[in-house]
Amino acid sequence: MRHCVRIAVGPVQFRIGSDWAGPVAALEHLYAAYPRDDARPADATVRLFAARPWRRWLRPSVHIGGDFVVPGALPLPLSMGLLAAEMAMNLQVALGWRRHLLLHASAVARDGRALIMSGESGSGKSTLAALLGEGDWRLMGDEFTLVDPAGGDAFAFPRAVSLKNEAIAEVAARVDPARLGPLLAGTPKGDIRHLIPRADAVVAMHAPARPALLLFPRFGGAAGIEPMGEGEAFVRLTEASTNYVALGEAGFAALTRLVRETPAFGITYPDSAAGIALVEALWAEAAR
Amino acid sequence: MSAIATFIDLLAGRGDPATLAPRDWDGVIGVARSEAMLATLAHRLKGAALPPAVATLFADQRAAAEVAQAQALWEAEMARRALAPVGIEFVLLKGAAYAAAGMSCAAGRQIGDLDILVLATDIRRAENALLKAGWEWVKSDPYDDHYYRAHMHELPPMIHSGRDRMIDVHHTILPKTHRITPDALALVSDAVTSGGGFAVLQSADMAVHCAAHMLADGDLQGGLRNLWDFHLMTRDFAAADAGFWGQLDGRADMHGLQGAVHRAARLSRDLYGAALPGGWDRQEPADAWFRRRLLARDDWGRVKQPLLEQAFYIRSHWLRMPPAMLAKHLWTKWRKR
Repeated sequence: MRHCVRIAVGPVQFRIGSDWAGPVAALEHLYAAYPRDDARPADATVRLFAARPWRRWLRPSVHIGGDFVVPGALPLPLSMGLLAAEMAMNLQVALGWRRHLLLHASAVARDGRALIMSGESGSGKSTLAALLGEGDWRLMGDEFTLVDPAGGDAFAFPRAVSLKNEAIAEVAARVDPARLGPLLAGTPKGDIRHLIPRADAVVAMHAPARPALLLFPRFGGAAGIEPMGEGEAFVRLTEASTNYVALGEAGFAALTRLVRETPAFGITYPDSAAGIALVEALWAEAAR
Repeated sequence: MSAIATFIDLLAGRGDPATLAPRDWDGVIGVARSEAMLATLAHRLKGAALPPAVATLFADQRAAAEVAQAQALWEAEMARRALAPVGIEFVLLKGAAYAAAGMSCAAGRQIGDLDILVLATDIRRAENALLKAGWEWVKSDPYDDHYYRAHMHELPPMIHSGRDRMIDVHHTILPKTHRITPDALALVSDAVTSGGGFAVLQSADMAVHCAAHMLADGDLQGGLRNLWDFHLMTRDFAAADAGFWGQLDGRADMHGLQGAVHRAARLSRDLYGAALPGGWDRQEPADAWFRRRLLARDDWGRVKQPLLEQAFYIRSHWLRMPPAMLAKHLWTKWRKR
């Protein structure tokens, strides 16, 4: 394709091709500090393309494709090309990756142990992970957490964090502006701005972490903690996994082990400060 | 060399994976994924000297394909449990049949929907039994539903509500409106029992169906995979029985599919290096169009000749139904867009 970039996020080597320079330049900026191994073949191919040749220039709209294509997926305007690239990368991982059990969850690590947070969009899992990652935690990722079916360790997928709406200002106030991507206003998911993870999180992206705490956050309402049984955690995580069914018995074994060995809680919190206080308190219990 | 040519050479055993530059693998893997053949390639190159990242990816693919095949055969078992109590026997078709029979083309082969063949007289009862056992209709469109029932060789697709898996129930192997009418009764009555206990088509019929599906019915989407199936099964059948090619000729003639079967054989020779016996080993100028269609993918896995793709799409419809009916069908479909 006309424009091309290679990016390695955690264990996944991407090859991203685009009909336009813009999305590739934006990715090159966000992922400039990530390790590069240009000799390594790509695991996943992403394509950002115009459905018709003239749509490159005339009301340019970005279609998402690659190894896996979702029929009928709506294109995005070129001004949101970076969002299209990010969605396309997520899609290829969600549908194609088989080495690990994929959890739609954010994760941070401390002392080689992982805190995994799973929740719907809007639960605040990305924001909590981003804020914790600015403290004394290692950010593992805000979208996917990978669990090794053989050993049970969690592995990082530290793509650029996708900050949404109110979270943008909250995080922007604490980080070097050079670590923020362009503001993508009015996207189908609201306002979006990407945060480049700290250098130490990128350097350590291949280091495994033992799952130590599972949280299911929900933003809004009074601060509260509710212990969660293995069964409920299991069912919620099957729903949060994009490849649980495809992995068959290995997926079942990995998930069973995860919920048996890892304490799980649902938490509600009115604001980020309260959320972080709850997390730290539960971690102090769990990590003993 | 283009990625798709490299990919085919690797499958055919003509290419040495050690000579590939790192960048070459991108294209080969991209093409293989687009053809739904990455796990097939992974099996073909098992044990070869590969870059570490490729070897790991291929190991993932082999493991995933093994799980997917177990799941596909489980789905076949679910269909058996739904249909056996009402006395309906069925024949497994395509991917699930190859897996059940432990054939070499099953190694790493992706299996989509469960395809089964029943006697035309059993089709209504099969439908009711499956609906009772938890399958439900995918399409609710009355025109599509009518179209399937009046003109197709299968029921409208059904999906199982609990397991989210599709089943296609066939009563023959080509649409009723197709210019060619295979002998469906012979297909079912001459079926054989596989090692896995499921009925599958007898060897020659299996190759006939494979060729028909690729060349007489479809628009050559996924053609490389179907051709790979055809190549490996005819090679293995002929190795086990010296009279196989003669039997294949006879069965193909009986079903009216000699043209498709011979073309499949020539294409598997041209692309995968199949050795053909005398009488089969001919040249046919029109094959060039089929080779071009099969090879029309660029290094990013995209179909690179849209006009050729469109032409084969129109051809598939042309074969499927008479012109007046085709016009009416396209008109209805167009109005519903």
